[in-house]
Amino acid sequence: MLDHLASIGTRAGDHRPFPRFDLDREAWAALVATLAEKPDWSLVGLWADTGIVHMALREDASGAVAVVSLACPEGRFPSVGGVRPAAIRLERAVQDLFGVTAESLVDPRPWLDHDAWPIRLPLSADPPDPLGHPEPYPFLPVEGPGLHQIPVGPVHAGIIEPGHFRFTCNGETVVRLEQRLGYVHKGTEWLMAGRSVAEVAKLSARVSGDSTVAHSLAFARAVESATGAAVPARAVWLRALMAELERLANHLGDIGAICNDAAFAYMLAECGLLREKVLRAADACFGHRLMMDRVIPGGVAADLADDGRQLLARLVTDLREAFPPLIHTYDEKASLQDRTVATGRVATELVRRFGAGGHVGRASGRGQDARRSPGYAPYDELDFEVPVFADGDVNARVWIRIREVEASLGLVRQILDRLPEGPVHAPVPAAAGQGMALVESFRGEIMTWVAVREDGIVTRCHPRDPSWFQWPLLEAAIEGNIVADFPLCNKSFNCSYSGHDL
Amino acid sequence: MLKTIVRNLLRGPVTMKGPAPAEAGIEELASRLDRAARARLGRSLSIREVDAGSCNGCELEIHALNNVIYDLERFGMRFVASPRHADVLMVTGPVTANMRDALFRTWDATPDPKWVVAVGGCALDGGLFKGSYGIVGGVGSVVPVDLHIPGCPPRPIDLLAGLVALVEAAK
Ligand code: SF4
Repeated sequence: MLDHLASIGTRAGDHRPFPRFDLDREAWAALVATLAEKPDWSLVGLWADTGIVHMALREDASGAVAVVSLACPEGRFPSVGGVRPAAIRLERAVQDLFGVTAESLVDPRPWLDHDAWPIRLPLSADPPDPLGHPEPYPFLPVEGPGLHQIPVGPVHAGIIEPGHFRFTCNGETVVRLEQRLGYVHKGTEWLMAGRSVAEVAKLSARVSGDSTVAHSLAFARAVESATGAAVPARAVWLRALMAELERLANHLGDIGAICNDAAFAYMLAECGLLREKVLRAADACFGHRLMMDRVIPGGVAADLADDGRQLLARLVTDLREAFPPLIHTYDEKASLQDRTVATGRVATELVRRFGAGGHVGRASGRGQDARRSPGYAPYDELDFEVPVFADGDVNARVWIRIREVEASLGLVRQILDRLPEGPVHAPVPAAAGQGMALVESFRGEIMTWVAVREDGIVTRCHPRDPSWFQWPLLEAAIEGNIVADFPLCNKSFNCSYSGHDL
Repeated sequence: MLKTIVRNLLRGPVTMKGPAPAEAGIEELASRLDRAARARLGRSLSIREVDAGSCNGCELEIHALNNVIYDLERFGMRFVASPRHADVLMVTGPVTANMRDALFRTWDATPDPKWVVAVGGCALDGGLFKGSYGIVGGVGSVVPVDLHIPGCPPRPIDLLAGLVALVEAAK
């Protein structure tokens, strides 16, 4: 892939650690055609900057990652959505925010822009006035005898983020689900542009609260790549420790919540207790239950004391004792299995086409994990399994989480045993550059791209949450299932609204 | 599973002791809750949670209120699925422009008397998202707020203290 990109474009100098190639319009269009023939070149991200559009790709087999860029002074570029459907929503977002149009985009409806902002095209060089006459959002038409629609949200029945789901049903069976998102759009990328690295780090920590460590880490590593910063070894290991604690807390919470949606509240009670233990340990060790703002560019903001180390060692022992009986319960209860097995199936072919990762991808046979490929320290020195299942149903997504809880417990233990001594932070050098990082959150791969000026101002930052590639698959997962199984499917995905809407 | 249940029964409750109501919360509330509320509320509260633009961090800690450690229901408070059933709206996030209508309509659908609790730094004044085109500001810029619980996110214990304060003040 890299050879091919080098042959059709010119390598840009200041992009790290993955190469970036400037393409012209013809080369971009040719690349789109090539993508149709190269199913294993998966989309990693697509975003814009003033007058330019970027796309990140990965060759699945070799793990090579690269960015390609197209200057589009006329504000148009050939759409990628036709050959990589995961790009469609990203292209719609680029249109809403930058006014850069994806030509022949199959679905050109607005996405994040609900016509409620005081400006239009907020990230474009010259934002025009708002339209001022909001029209109803045109949902896709559905016709047929016996079909009816159930609109749900944006405010849902539970303690959950807002979004709109439009179910078309035939009796109890869902024929089609259409999502409408964007309700929690906070203009985060607009706020990030033109602020200091420290300020953007705080915003990064709030892209999606449940993956605050992972998003902070992705931003920090992107900045460190851009500026050539060296991170002290102890900080690198502490980051992994925090990331694994975050993974544990989320998976434990989700396993309980999924079972609860199958009317099995016992698991929620037990898993909720374990989750709480993890959060309290994190609080005691790092001063914040979610460890927000603890990973910062250049290192970490909190060191682990010796008693913290003992506390975490006890936590691992505790969880290793308490967790297996719960797995046993999950596995042996027919009333639970009856709801989760064969429910909400996503085909392997589909997760590949969407480049979906995390538990959604791994439950459907796509074994991508950023900790392994492209990989980052200290995971190259650690021993852990990346579980992969093939069934693609709710049950498989639960099992991925179970196996990942076990793997994370092993990782925490190894990190505690081998944590190097030394400082936990080093200043970020004053250097300009563009950087990118891929980080595995509990939900899947986060891509963060950043451009930093020499004076430490971030001119553009684009965090791409894994939810972007998972939300569309939820639409597919529910098809042919009954309405009552939607909460179960939804929870087994647990896509982020905030991370997607930004 | 049976073994675990029996062990848990023998071990006794894992719930922590209820916190004392926060002084500042009581003061803030006492001035706002009128006499009618005191007469009506008693020690039972139905809460409808509304995310009006949060990063979901606040939701995680609100969820924790339901776990066996905090166990909100023992204070007579519970989360309900519809604003029609609610006495209290617990609202998080800087209110986004895209959620403004939905928040207002949820508030409008909640029967009187009702109280609004704004949770988290964002809900006070937009927090870190202040100044963005995408938000309209704190919760108070869309619906009247009776109590604000600070934090990013507030710990469950702070949420609990705020809610206890709400009930105590309303007795
Ligand atoms: S207050 Fe903090 S945790 Fe709560 S929504 Fe705002 S940023 Fe997230």
